[in-house]
Amino acid sequence: METQEYIASGILELYVYGMLSEAENMEVTSMAQKHPEVKNEILSIERAILNLSSSFSPFISNSQFEKIKAQLELKHSKVIPLQPKSSNYSYLGWAASLVLLLGAGYLFFQLNNTKEQVVVVEQEKTKLKESINTLELQNQSTKEVLAVVRDENNKIIPLGGQAVAPEAKAKIYWNQKTDEVYVDASGLPEPPEGKVYQIWSLKLQPQLTPTSIGLLVNFKGNNSKVFAVDKTSGAEAFGITLEPAGGSASPTMEQLYTLGKV
Amino acid sequence: MTQEELLPLLLNKEEKGFTLLYDMYSKSLFSVISNLISNRDDAEDVLQEVFVKIWKNIDSYNESKGRLYTWMLNIARNTSIDKLRSKGFNNSQKNLSSDNFVHLLDDSNKLVNRIDTIGIREFVEKLKPKCIKLIDLLFFKGFTQQEVSEELSIPLGTVKTQNRTCMNDLRNFLKV
Repeated sequence: METQEYIASGILELYVYGMLSEAENMEVTSMAQKHPEVKNEILSIERAILNLSSSFSPFISNSQFEKIKAQLELKHSKVIPLQPKSSNYSYLGWAASLVLLLGAGYLFFQLNNTKEQVVVVEQEKTKLKESINTLELQNQSTKEVLAVVRDENNKIIPLGGQAVAPEAKAKIYWNQKTDEVYVDASGLPEPPEGKVYQIWSLKLQPQLTPTSIGLLVNFKGNNSKVFAVDKTSGAEAFGITLEPAGGSASPTMEQLYTLGKV
Repeated sequence: MTQEELLPLLLNKEEKGFTLLYDMYSKSLFSVISNLISNRDDAEDVLQEVFVKIWKNIDSYNESKGRLYTWMLNIARNTSIDKLRSKGFNNSQKNLSSDNFVHLLDDSNKLVNRIDTIGIREFVEKLKPKCIKLIDLLFFKGFTQQEVSEELSIPLGTVKTQNRTCMNDLRNFLKV
């Protein structure tokens, strides 16, 4: 009956309203903890006055809710306060930075390696470019050779091996229209150091008259071994001699490698 | 959702906790604020201020001193009175608006929640005029029992019990 009187006194309503002194508040709280019926009464009073007052609220726009949230910085994710961690975490931190340092060192090493590889690759690329250029030049010269071989205006004069070089042979392509002369020297041995092949157009009558029409310079470097030499007309024969570098004014007949009549 | 369920969310500063808090209490607190402050913009400013204070000072709420709702009511009343003072109104609570909370229903400038209104208007008409005055002064305006006794010319010793009788009528109507 004591609690019923307590409830009936009306103190619980004022407790919910917030109109009691601090000492009275403590007293009611402790009563509520001891007596469930006091506690339930408080909850019912709270529901009633909350319901009543809420019904009298003027309209609140949604923007109010958003404004307050913005002030509380609740628009973004929850702010997690930084707290000092235990020493285990600190060791973990040092370990992590050591791993990072080693990782960075390894990456630096890798980077240098890669740079070196890039340089090597660049060099290889340059070499490849050079080879391509060489191949293009070769291709060009091969085309020229083919053009010479296929030109129907060319008269082909085979030159046979002579006493000093019985196995040697060569061909002269002599354009009858333009007088241009090409020498196919693929049948000649490579000239020794300091020597060069010299091409002669020969007139046999009334006497043997040789005229130099050029040297086969850079014999080794010419893969097709087809050389363009000076034009000539009225030749009755062609001969090739081996001469000292720079050529000779008249052929050294002991070094006549090949000879052929037109 | 009870206070016991809500409080941990607030203490952990969980955004869900704020949303629940606002849904549960914003209307009640705004009616208290609006009953004290007639200027709508000022009342809205106070509402924002009150929720910011609740959120930031939740650690200082002590369950042994009263209900969470009660703690928030006091913040709402005190912040409203501070606002009035800053606007040059007299310090005394007795010089506050002579309107009671029922005027909130009649103010056409304020869009009241119509769905709630119909039943409450009926009830308020049935409620004794003295009950409206008692609840208005004690709950909405935060008058002391002494002040209420003087204002309504009723014996000091009967303020609590008369208020309880009025609240019992309300609870019967609301069935709580």
